[in-house]
Amino acid sequence: MYNKGKIITGIVIFVLFFASPFLYGLVKSGPPPEPELSPKAKEAKLCVEAKEYMVESHMQMLNEWRDEAIRNGKRIYVATNGKEYTVSLQNTCMECHNNKSKFCDQCHNYAGVSPYCWECHIEPKEK
Amino acid sequence: MGIWVSFFAVIALVLIPLVGAQGAGQYLFGIVIPYVAVLIFIIGFIYRVVQWGKTPVPFKIPTTGGQMKSLPWIKSNPLDNPSSTGGVIGRMALEVFAFRSLFRNTRVELREGPKVSYGSNKWLWVAALAFHYAFLVVFIKHFRLFMEPVPGFVTLLDSVDGFMEIGLPRLMMSSIVLLLAAIYLLLRRLAVPQLRYISLAADYFPLFLIIALAGSGILMKYFLRVDLTSVKELVVGLFSFRPTIPEGIGAIFYIHLFLLSVLIAYFPFSKLMHAGGVFMSPTRNMPNDNRAKRHINPWNYPVKVHTYDEYEDDFREKMKEVGLPVEKE
Repeated sequence: MYNKGKIITGIVIFVLFFASPFLYGLVKSGPPPEPELSPKAKEAKLCVEAKEYMVESHMQMLNEWRDEAIRNGKRIYVATNGKEYTVSLQNTCMECHNNKSKFCDQCHNYAGVSPYCWECHIEPKEK
Repeated sequence: MGIWVSFFAVIALVLIPLVGAQGAGQYLFGIVIPYVAVLIFIIGFIYRVVQWGKTPVPFKIPTTGGQMKSLPWIKSNPLDNPSSTGGVIGRMALEVFAFRSLFRNTRVELREGPKVSYGSNKWLWVAALAFHYAFLVVFIKHFRLFMEPVPGFVTLLDSVDGFMEIGLPRLMMSSIVLLLAAIYLLLRRLAVPQLRYISLAADYFPLFLIIALAGSGILMKYFLRVDLTSVKELVVGLFSFRPTIPEGIGAIFYIHLFLLSVLIAYFPFSKLMHAGGVFMSPTRNMPNDNRAKRHINPWNYPVKVHTYDEYEDDFREKMKEVGLPVEKE
C-alpha cells in the first residue's frame, strides 16, 4: 500500500467517528426513564385519550389545543369517548400530572426534547 | 429502464419490513440486520480504501484549474494548483467542505446559428451543498437517540434547527431542505436529456433510497408518530451491545431502520463511496510539483540496459576495421 501512514490515519479517524456512539454506549448508557404517575393521575386511570395515543402524540394534541383555544376561543375538547375537557395545559393537564419533574421531564430529557411550553406558561409548583 | 428498476427496488425495500417486522421478525429487523449492516459498512469502507491505497499512481496528474508555480514573476494559484502540502490541504478542504469542483460546473447549449454557447451553471452545486449539509445536520441530530445522556451540542443543534417553532414537534429546517434537495437532484437527472442518457440504475437507486429514508423519517416525526422513548431504548440498546426490543414501536420505525441499514450496507459498493474516494483521488491529493520533484512510477521494474560504452567495448575492433569513430581507443 502506498502512503501507508496517511491512509491508516484516515481509516483510524473514520472508524473512531463511526464507533463513537458504540464507545459512548459502552462507557455510559442510562436505563430508559420510568415516568411516574401522580396519585391523582393513577386514580383517574384514563387520560384525555388512550394511553398509546397520549404517549406518541400528546405534543400534537397540545399544539391543536393551543391553536384552538388562543385563535378560535374553543375551550372545550370533546374526547373520543364523548367526555368533555377544558382546554388548558395548567388547569387540565398539570392538574392531574402535578409532578412535572418525575413525569414530563423524564422522557423529555431522555429523548433530548426541550418543549417550549414553559416559555409562556408558569411551571406549576410541585408539592 | 434503470429508473424503474431502482424505483421498484426501493418500493420492495419499504414493503419487506412492513410485512416482516412483526413478532419475532422485530428481532431480525431491529437487531440482526442493523448490526450486520454496520459491520458491512465499516469493513467494506476500509476494504475499498485499502484497495485504492494499493493502486499505484504512475505519474502525477496535474489536471488543475489554476496556474502552476513556476517563475517568480508568473502569478501562481496556490489553492487550485498547489505545489506544497499546505496547498493540497487547502484544495482538499475546499473540495470537501465547499464542493469546489461542482462550482465549476458549466452548461453547454446549441443555439440558433448553429452556435455553441457555454454558461455557468451553479444549481448542481447549490443543491449538492444543501443536500450534504442538511444530511449532516440530520445525522448529527440523530445522536440524541444514540447517546444517553444527550450531549450538549446535539441539543443546541436541535434548537437552532427548530428555530422557526412551526407546529409540534417543531418543524426542522434540515428535514425539509434534505428532502427537497434530494428530489431536485432526482428531477435534474430526469429533466436534462444528456444527464438522463448517462444515468444508470446505480445513480437512481441511492436517490430513491435517500428520498424514501428521509420521507419515512418525516412521516414518523410529524405524522404517524411512534413512542420515542421506546425507540431510544432500542437504539441505545444496539449501541451499548445490550439489544432489546421494546414493545409497541410502529412499523414506520422498522421501515426507517431497514432503509438505513440497506443504505449503509450498500454504501461501500456504490458511488456513495465518493465520501472516502475524494481523499484518495490523485487529482485532489497530489501537489503539482512535477518539475521540482521527480515522481517515480511505482510500477517501474528493473530494466536491463546496455549502455553505449558497453556496446563499444563489445564491438570496438570491428568498428575500427570499418572506419567508424570510437570514443575510447
